[in-house]
Amino acid sequence: MSAILHRRDVVRELLRERGDLLVVAGLGSTAWDCTAAGDSPLTFPLWGAMGLAATIGLGLALAQPRRRVLVVTGDGEMLMGLGSLATIGVQQPSNLSIVVIDNERYGETGMQATHTAHGVNLAQTALACRFRAASVVRQADELSALCCAIRAAQGPLLAQVKVISEKLPLVLPPRDGALLRARFRRALLGEAADSA
Amino acid sequence: MSEAIDWPGEIHRVLKEAGVSVVGYVPDAGHKRLIELCHADAGLRTVVLSAEEEGVGLAAGAWLGGGRCVLLMQSSGVGNCINALGTVKECRFPLLLVVTMRGDYGEFNPWQVPMGQATAQVLEAMGVVVNKVTRPDEVAPAVAAAARLAYGSYCAAAVLVSQKVIGIKSFQEQAAQ
Repeated sequence: MSAILHRRDVVRELLRERGDLLVVAGLGSTAWDCTAAGDSPLTFPLWGAMGLAATIGLGLALAQPRRRVLVVTGDGEMLMGLGSLATIGVQQPSNLSIVVIDNERYGETGMQATHTAHGVNLAQTALACRFRAASVVRQADELSALCCAIRAAQGPLLAQVKVISEKLPLVLPPRDGALLRARFRRALLGEAADSA
Repeated sequence: MSEAIDWPGEIHRVLKEAGVSVVGYVPDAGHKRLIELCHADAGLRTVVLSAEEEGVGLAAGAWLGGGRCVLLMQSSGVGNCINALGTVKECRFPLLLVVTMRGDYGEFNPWQVPMGQATAQVLEAMGVVVNKVTRPDEVAPAVAAAARLAYGSYCAAAVLVSQKVIGIKSFQEQAAQ
């Protein structure tokens, strides 16, 4: 079944009227997607740390239990951190959602096939790891329910959104890691965080 | 005698004083008592990890959210963290590691020796401030100092607890824990 969704449309929909959502963006295309939807100090885009987006989201969710946390990452990035799905399943953070933008490719390195191109199902993996809900999303009319779940449903949740494999213009966030860390904390915690 | 010092209990006390709220770990026999103390403490969120590098993400995320996380691991687990430590350095995330050593003193398993011998060098190569302690009475002050370096000076700091402190001498003793 070939994908019909465009990744930038999906991420723009996820982050539209984002409210007080805290966002971690996995390295590469998903960081560009989140930036294309509108850079925000409350988005922490990764330029490295492949495989760690989900556990950064977990740490954030545990430290901010009253806020909703969304990790937007790619299939290759999620595959590198598969063990973290088990870690998250044990912790059961009710405020954490992971959306895997799945183009079945390593997009930054020459579009090589990932395991998901060969049928590896991340949603079923998440369910086996005790996520409260997980599904494969293929249709645009499923996105509004996903947006609602990210904002209100009991997590942890994972959605594996199948998207068209396409090369898109780069839309880059700031790349100074210390700046990204500091601006996130200041936006979330106030200026007091600068000297905490 | 040095055996009288409850160094895992002292680490627990120091972590509480440092405001730590999240404890990420992959178990090690040397950390057995400290892990039990952390689990028994309702004020600490314990997070058992599939692999140590997850803990680096956990600690970074906790700091983004205003929390303080410590990671407990064996020296072998340091090797699993190397690339993730690059993110800690680039972003100046605080990071507090308490590492129980294998392969450094009287080791009985040769497969532990290469990583144990390289642990300090690997950490230092990635910009982590390393303090190795070889006596039980040095442990708590070293963890307190590392916590100040981490949360006060935004450093990555590791305390390596030598096998001289842990004192496991054989497979049989380890299995009997």
